Amino acid sequence: MIEAHGLVKRYGATTAVNDLSFSIRPGLVTGFLGPNGAGKTTTMRMILGLDAPTQGSVTVDGRSYRDLPAPMREVGALLDAKAVHGGRRARDHLLCLAQSNGIGRSRVDEVLRTVGLESVARRRAKGLSLGMSQRLGIASALLGDPAVLIFDEPVNGLDPDGIHWVRTLMRALAAEGRTVLISSHLMSEMALTADHLLVIGKGRLIADTSVDEFVRSSSQQSVHVRSPQAAELASRCREAGAIVPAGTAPDHSDVIEITGMDSAEVGKLAAAHGIVLFELIPVRASLEEAFMELTRDSVEYQAAGGTR
Amino acid sequence: MTGATIARTGPDHRAAFRPATFGDALRSEWTKLRSVRSTFWALTATVVLGIALGALISAAAAHGYAKFTASEKLSWDPTGVSQSGMLIAQVAIAVLGVLCISSEYSSGMIRTSLIAVPKRGRVLAAKSLVFAVVTFVVGEVTCFAAFFAGQALISGHAPHAALGDPGVARAVAGGGLYLIALAVLSVAAGALLRHPAAAIAAMVGLLFVLPAIAQALPDSWRNPVTEFWPTQAGSQLTSVHIAAHTLQPWPGFAVMCLFVAIVYAIAWTLLDRRDA
Repeated sequence: MIEAHGLVKRYGATTAVNDLSFSIRPGLVTGFLGPNGAGKTTTMRMILGLDAPTQGSVTVDGRSYRDLPAPMREVGALLDAKAVHGGRRARDHLLCLAQSNGIGRSRVDEVLRTVGLESVARRRAKGLSLGMSQRLGIASALLGDPAVLIFDEPVNGLDPDGIHWVRTLMRALAAEGRTVLISSHLMSEMALTADHLLVIGKGRLIADTSVDEFVRSSSQQSVHVRSPQAAELASRCREAGAIVPAGTAPDHSDVIEITGMDSAEVGKLAAAHGIVLFELIPVRASLEEAFMELTRDSVEYQAAGGTR
Repeated sequence: MTGATIARTGPDHRAAFRPATFGDALRSEWTKLRSVRSTFWALTATVVLGIALGALISAAAAHGYAKFTASEKLSWDPTGVSQSGMLIAQVAIAVLGVLCISSEYSSGMIRTSLIAVPKRGRVLAAKSLVFAVVTFVVGEVTCFAAFFAGQALISGHAPHAALGDPGVARAVAGGGLYLIALAVLSVAAGALLRHPAAAIAAMVGLLFVLPAIAQALPDSWRNPVTEFWPTQAGSQLTSVHIAAHTLQPWPGFAVMCLFVAIVYAIAWTLLDRRDA
């Protein structure tokens, strides 16, 4: 259980995290989602005691991180896979971390097996690919067999095989009753991995919801219709309360997009008025679009004249 | 995930394991120190420079002894000559001390370390203690080896020293103690400045550049500066002959230790307060 109360972090004039409150429950994979620069990493750094909050507090199982008696046995964390000394061998890296919390050597070999790095255990960290570094970072998080796990963008740099592996591992860890928090800027990734979502933008909490709820509430549905009587259908639909944008291109004048009605309603309406339909297709906005819609106003760096 | 584990989410799970201790942190820091190559090279450099350079200078000085003037013969210090390689060898210790913490900042490892051990003072203390002990052992071995090698080369050409002579054993053994103070100071400088290059520059400035600049000052300024300059004062512990305007061995070393303690306290406080 991770609980934040009114968490604020300011760097000079910049507010990275603004009045964030949440609680992350055990037994679920919680996706921490937001565009780049939204404050995900800063929040994780505050959970882990690396940064001190300007205001507010955050606790892990009721204690502030720096007061945990054996931190690695309670919280496993991976913030940055490249944050290792490049000259140290993979196994020594894990060994020095294990020793700092009184964890035995046998556990080091065990986690190396778990993440599939036995064959490169004696390789120096700078000789590891980004994918292998991610696995090493995940191994270090698992060392203490902790009840709480925190991963910042764990699939970065992994190949499809690795991504599938991480996804399965995260789900397995949560199924064992652990609290699992994963950050990502990719909605599609979270849709496949997470049960619950915390969405932030510009340091503020935008949504705290289950993935299913998020999909249902925010993915806009529309109906794509092609009809020789498109103009008539459009006005009938508007009368029925639906939204039909006017400006479709002249050469596609028989195509309209209807929102606010589902395809069954549009079909019935057309039949009632004797309107011929060539195509009637329900269109569901992707999760990615739903996410972009939600965070549109809170993207830190936006391309000028964006396509959205 | 092989080997299913028990879900531990209740408040009692903390009873299942013991709290991490300072001893755990010491073991961890020892593993860190021995598992990077810079440690091996820096310590090898210390031993080789200390002994070989000392032997070279001892041999050269001993051969020139016959042509020395009377006053030069009067200030002849065979112990100091045999230890002269340490003046350069100490740089390797200072660099390694700086690197053992600042390389964690440059690589990002410090974040991993502080997540593992969030009691930051414990990380600094364990790192300093492990490095100080290693430095002491290597330093004493080097100083005594350089002494015996130097005296062997000097004897027959010039008066040589023995460990039983007044002040000689203290001066040779003092080399290791001086290096401990230097080692702790370098770790503190690394923690304080965080950038390897900046911290190494600061240590070289402290050891060589600023004392050299002080030589250019008028006497009335120079004498108190060289007398109390931390590393100069500390190195009095390694001298047999006490020159004018220098402190006695132990008071001199105490001045250096006081300086180290002040820098260390600042490093400790900032490490604890700054965002990592």
